[in-house]
Amino acid sequence: MDLAFVILVEMLYAVASLILIGAGLAVVFGMMKVINLAHGEFMMMGGYATITAVNLGVNIFVAMLVVAPLVVGLIGLVVERLVIRHLYGRLVDTMLATWGLSLFFIGLVTMIFGNTTTGISTPIPGFAVGDYQINGYNFFVILAAIALLIGVLLVLRTTRAGLVARGAMQRSDMAAALGYSPDRIYMATFFCGSALSGLAGAVFAPLVGLVPTSGGAYIAKAFITVIAGGPSLVAGLLSSAGVFGIVSQIFTFAISPVIGEVALLVAAVILLRIMPQGITGRFFKGRL
Amino acid sequence: MPGRFVKDVWVTVLVTAVLIWIMPLLIGTYTLTVLVIYGMLGLSLGLIWGFGGILCFGQTAFFGLGAYTYAIAAINIGESTLPMILAILVPAVFAALLGAMMFYGRLTDVYLGVITLVVTLILFKFMNSTAGPQYVIGKARMGGFNGIPGFPTLNVPGDPDTYIWGDPYFYVCAVLLALVFLLVSALLRSSFGRVAVGIRENETRASLMGYDVRARKTVLFAIGAAIAGLAGALFANWAEIVTPSLFSLGQSAEIIIWCIVGGLGTRLGPIVGAAGLAYLKFLLGQQAVVDNTLITGLILVLFVLFLPKGIVPALVGLWKASFGRRPLGRIHQARRMRGGERANG
Amino acid sequence: MTLNRRNFLAGTAAMTGAAMLPKAVLAADAIKLGSILDTSGIFDAYGKPMDMALRLAVNELNGAGGLLGRQIEVVSYDTQSDMALYSQYAQQLTRQDKVDVVHGGILSASREAIRQTMRKNKTLYFYNVQYEGGVCDRNIFCNGLTPAQQAAALVPWALKEAGGKKVYTLAADYNYGQITARWIQKFVEEAGGEVVGTDFFPLDVADFGATIAKVQTAAPDLVIAPLVGGAHLSFFRQWAASGMKDKIPLASTTMGVGNEHKVLTPEEGNGIMVAYSYSQDLETAENASFKDRWTAAYGDPTALHELAVSTYYGVHTWAKAVAQAGSIERDAVTAALETGISVDGPAGKYTVDPKTHHATVDVHLMKVQDHKMKVIETLSQRPPIDTQAVCDLNANPDDNTQYEIQI
Repeated sequence: MDLAFVILVEMLYAVASLILIGAGLAVVFGMMKVINLAHGEFMMMGGYATITAVNLGVNIFVAMLVVAPLVVGLIGLVVERLVIRHLYGRLVDTMLATWGLSLFFIGLVTMIFGNTTTGISTPIPGFAVGDYQINGYNFFVILAAIALLIGVLLVLRTTRAGLVARGAMQRSDMAAALGYSPDRIYMATFFCGSALSGLAGAVFAPLVGLVPTSGGAYIAKAFITVIAGGPSLVAGLLSSAGVFGIVSQIFTFAISPVIGEVALLVAAVILLRIMPQGITGRFFKGRL
Repeated sequence: MPGRFVKDVWVTVLVTAVLIWIMPLLIGTYTLTVLVIYGMLGLSLGLIWGFGGILCFGQTAFFGLGAYTYAIAAINIGESTLPMILAILVPAVFAALLGAMMFYGRLTDVYLGVITLVVTLILFKFMNSTAGPQYVIGKARMGGFNGIPGFPTLNVPGDPDTYIWGDPYFYVCAVLLALVFLLVSALLRSSFGRVAVGIRENETRASLMGYDVRARKTVLFAIGAAIAGLAGALFANWAEIVTPSLFSLGQSAEIIIWCIVGGLGTRLGPIVGAAGLAYLKFLLGQQAVVDNTLITGLILVLFVLFLPKGIVPALVGLWKASFGRRPLGRIHQARRMRGGERANG
Repeated sequence: MTLNRRNFLAGTAAMTGAAMLPKAVLAADAIKLGSILDTSGIFDAYGKPMDMALRLAVNELNGAGGLLGRQIEVVSYDTQSDMALYSQYAQQLTRQDKVDVVHGGILSASREAIRQTMRKNKTLYFYNVQYEGGVCDRNIFCNGLTPAQQAAALVPWALKEAGGKKVYTLAADYNYGQITARWIQKFVEEAGGEVVGTDFFPLDVADFGATIAKVQTAAPDLVIAPLVGGAHLSFFRQWAASGMKDKIPLASTTMGVGNEHKVLTPEEGNGIMVAYSYSQDLETAENASFKDRWTAAYGDPTALHELAVSTYYGVHTWAKAVAQAGSIERDAVTAALETGISVDGPAGKYTVDPKTHHATVDVHLMKVQDHKMKVIETLSQRPPIDTQAVCDLNANPDDNTQYEIQI
């Protein structure tokens, strides 16, 4: 019974972490059809921003939830103005440019922070469930993922900005004709996407040993989750993270972590073979 | 137009001969060999992406598969002729199966990219996790992260004791690249090649005209994989060790970058891009002032922003602008193949 | 590979100047020491301090008048964590630069990529990194720790400290981890214990939640974790975060090689048991003076680690052999090294084992304590017993294999 609960928490945690990892990329890809291959490095920089802020004496939750998203969002803004905006509508070129950016940021962070592993410890203690000990921070990650999904949903559904963003996503020419500058909307969207990546990186900072090359571990997972999710932002992210998280955890528990990772990848291949437009290309069509 | 093709062959042979003679004076043959091999790898993706419109994120899967096939077969067989053939066949068959699965499932653009990426990652993770003693194929230990060293390298066919290495190996690789280049040229000139370009331009139109788009894409994909497999086997012979890093994400991305920097939709572009960037990386490693990752990243961003069509098309443009209507024969051909509005793209 | 058409033509054309001149012209000048390390890319955390240590050692030798009255010149290449570049630069070092000795290589794959090139070109090669053991080749000298040297010391001690018999092993999934796990099993059984579970993790796994639950179902008395790299450091974090640290003691043969213990907070790291030949916190006069010299040359010594120190030893061992042989020729230097040369330094005494070309070193049993490694016990002069079991270069000087050590 205790073990079942522990496994349940671990599964929820796996799903939540895929949602967090994928969110920033999903916003940028879903709204702008730009695949940001520097996404992993944005997460990495979110982690470094958190650690630097904490070392400067900022409260860890402030550092994670405010400082890191702001810093990375601003970096994203600069990147958008300098590079991405020249490349809208050229999917492959943006991928390439952002790949270059990812290398650039790895080099830059190495030069600033050095290449040794850094990190901070988790702010929440572990606790016991029967005979088992659980990492209390898992619950924070799960809560953060839920809050993030609800937040994105609310912004898109209920606010004026969300309405405009959705409009621009479907017909940018129409939005432009109605007086909304697509340029501005894209800029804001990229800022939000980068901030989400920064947030995700910050949330994972206390769980991992951070090095400048940490981003590479995230990008493939984020990419797969977002593409398999399909066109709907929230529903797509939730459903694909759900499938992949649960599949990989089952195999991790039953066999080994390697098989868990491979199971995730095989699931992705099968899923895309059956549903070539992603999960939400078939189900939940037209939802957010 | 057989006349034009004959001319093309002569130009290729001549240029190859001159390059084989001049280049070793400028760069060590050992480094040149790998540049040639990377050129062939670049060409393999240039063919399926530039002319077939199939963006494959996992071209390195076939490269790595070729290298591993060669290494494992060479250890078991003890000579190199059959392993070389296997190293071409295995990736081709694998690609045909994978391609059939994707194209008959009507997967396109970015989804296709994800599948190829994921398959590469699976191979990468699998190869990395074969360190244990239970992973053996015949006499060959898979070796996991450390890879497989110490397999027999290329020998003269039929004479397993006469190894081809050093300068002769460079000539072998260079001649093979020229041959592959000619084969690709012939392929693109054939009706198959023309239809492939037609499919790239408009898949629906091609299928409405009665061409079996899915079968044709699968075959083209397999041909690309065969070339990548050959490049992989040559690489294995050159490095004398194969490791899972052949399957890594970084290696896949590099091949895509070569094609873009060199110029997509040309035959020469990916070769030039591959050799040029690999040589740049080699040169960068000899300095220690600035972080090399940073420089590579910067070059890439600047290229995409300021020279998005790639080096070769840009040079051709420059040549045309300077010397009027006197295009380089073979590039002219390549550009003709691409047709229509994307002639410069 | 002496004078062929290419070199001849190049020489005539005088295209590359001095680099192409015959060796005889350069012989009167500096001794050339080749270095081939990843100083950028994902392995640079290991490579950069190694490069600094190598230069420190060379500067010290040059400051003391050089070797055989000649200065030493470092010819270095950054392999950017790319295996293909290892092959290229190895060729460059041996054929064009014609160096007298090569130090370098970090991953085992990188060593195997260049080892044969060094052998074919008759260039003496030093590999100064902790690795899985078993290389048997007269042209190479390895002075890093091998699994048996560590595990033989660590396991019985950790079991005694843990006060139990049941061990769970969590190892990195590559050759070093696989072999270390087998040695751990052997030494656990010799100490009367039992391995209740072994799991292997690819190097990019950073999420250990499921594993921690799995370990708890097996309820071991001790967890031994030879995990490697930044991603695997997450294990020690998550282990502490779930409150397991005070319940089951931890030991590791790798944690701390890249100074990971300085990253973990005291709550996360304290009490982890390790065994190494070097730690920054060794309280010896040699180590203090070494750290002073390092600080004088580079400033902050916090990046210093065991691999850097063994590189430093590697250069000095080679230099001592050259001085003893009175020559830089490979065979003479090898013969001098095979007399069992010893070098004293910051980590104690390193002695060349003539039979295997590996090193006999002091192993320190340590516990992590507030970002430092507290030495509990020092076992002096531990021989490389694993490689000795398979390799005898006295009997088979032409051997050229990396043996898989059967346990």
